[in-house]
Amino acid sequence: MKLRLFLALAGAFYGMTTHAGEVVVAVAANFSAPMQKIAKAFEQDTGHKPQLVIGATGKFYAQIKNGAPFAVLLAADHETPERLEKEGWAVAGTRFTYAIGRLVLWSKQPNLVDDKGDVLRSSRFEKLAIADPKLAPYGAAAMEVMQRMGVQAQAGSKLVLGDSIGQAYQFVSTENAQLGFVALSQISIDGRLTPGSAWVVPQSLHTPLKQDAVLLHAGKDNAAAQALLKYLQSEAAKTVIRSYGYAL
Amino acid sequence: MHLSAEDFQAIVLTLQLASVTTVLLLLLATPVAWWLAHTRSVWRTCVASLVALPLVLPPTVLGFYLLVALGPHGPIGQLTQWAGWGMLAFSFWGLVLGSVVYSLPFAVQPLVNAFEAMGSRPMEVAATLRANTWDAFFTIAVPLAKPGFVMAAMLSFAHTVGEFGVVLMIGGNIPDQTRVVSTQIYGHVEAMEYAQAHGLAGVMLVFSFVVLLGLSWFNRRSNHHANGHQKAGA
Repeated sequence: MKLRLFLALAGAFYGMTTHAGEVVVAVAANFSAPMQKIAKAFEQDTGHKPQLVIGATGKFYAQIKNGAPFAVLLAADHETPERLEKEGWAVAGTRFTYAIGRLVLWSKQPNLVDDKGDVLRSSRFEKLAIADPKLAPYGAAAMEVMQRMGVQAQAGSKLVLGDSIGQAYQFVSTENAQLGFVALSQISIDGRLTPGSAWVVPQSLHTPLKQDAVLLHAGKDNAAAQALLKYLQSEAAKTVIRSYGYAL
Repeated sequence: MHLSAEDFQAIVLTLQLASVTTVLLLLLATPVAWWLAHTRSVWRTCVASLVALPLVLPPTVLGFYLLVALGPHGPIGQLTQWAGWGMLAFSFWGLVLGSVVYSLPFAVQPLVNAFEAMGSRPMEVAATLRANTWDAFFTIAVPLAKPGFVMAAMLSFAHTVGEFGVVLMIGGNIPDQTRVVSTQIYGHVEAMEYAQAHGLAGVMLVFSFVVLLGLSWFNRRSNHHANGHQKAGA
């Protein structure tokens, strides 16, 4: 009896989220702020209601493979959407790059980070926060940068790992780590950087952080999902995306 | 079962963390529990609620407050810097501090129960026999409350081994310093290394079951003993 009630309720909620005109979007943590802005504008323009779920791309991957009702995935990388397509969880031919992430070395202290990242060669910091390179593309990019700069040995012993780029940001913003590699989108608001000191890492120092979007199987026949993917490629959306420091 | 060298490192570190935490907790919880069991102060309910807070607060709240408090501008961060210990976040001792807070109710509650069950009579008798308070405490109260101490130690140890959210938020996942079993499992799962996750998760499951089994066995035995004593007394 209880089980039946639960199933009925679950069905009702499930029905609510997949209702025509609504679209559940899985959004990579680094893209949270711009996407909220875009979603608002999209809703005003089209009347479709996007519901955003913010999280780590790897976690979304596991959830999608286990039947999560996401219609669209905005990933933090391009491998995950590709893999989902190959494994039959995403609709072929719907993938595109919606943003190219920029990595930044950031500290809350005003004069710590110089414009070449030479602080990494110094002993003027105790802890360096990055996202776990095994789990997050921004973390892997940070490791690449340190390798190319040849500072892995010095800086490596000072590393602290966040389980996502969001946590790396947390460690630096509470100043438990004096500096860290975070996403430029996390520290830029309307083209301005959050107080502190920062070095926007040249893109030549790491593999491009291409972030891809894809239509998932749960959203195959969802008009709102298709409209959203189209909207993401519009000039209006691109302007917002660039204002958060993404290359495009 | 796939247990890598890193998995073993995490197991050893977890056991160290749980041991240190348990010893510190018993030292800290004993006077607190004694006071809670005997005081008539108006502050009693207030302190009891404070001690029980970690039971209901999500670990993310504890972890977030700890992270802010441990920072260079936080109260704990300023204290540790002033004392010359540096900053505690991302260090073994930072985790110890977090674990002590997180497991405090699990150490205090069994001791309060034990001290309350003992009543004030044994200590009063000792006082009339001119034993000083410390003497009476160690020779009478501690042996009488022994089941409480065992229970507090086992619960603190097991609860610290099972800690996850707080460690995740203040640990920084550094091998040999803050990468414990629970965060190592989380890393395996997130990286889709399910075979390795299974190995460690299995170890955790067996350990937790054995501890609980031991606890209920010990509980039954000490209840049985207590009943036996009462019958003999009557």
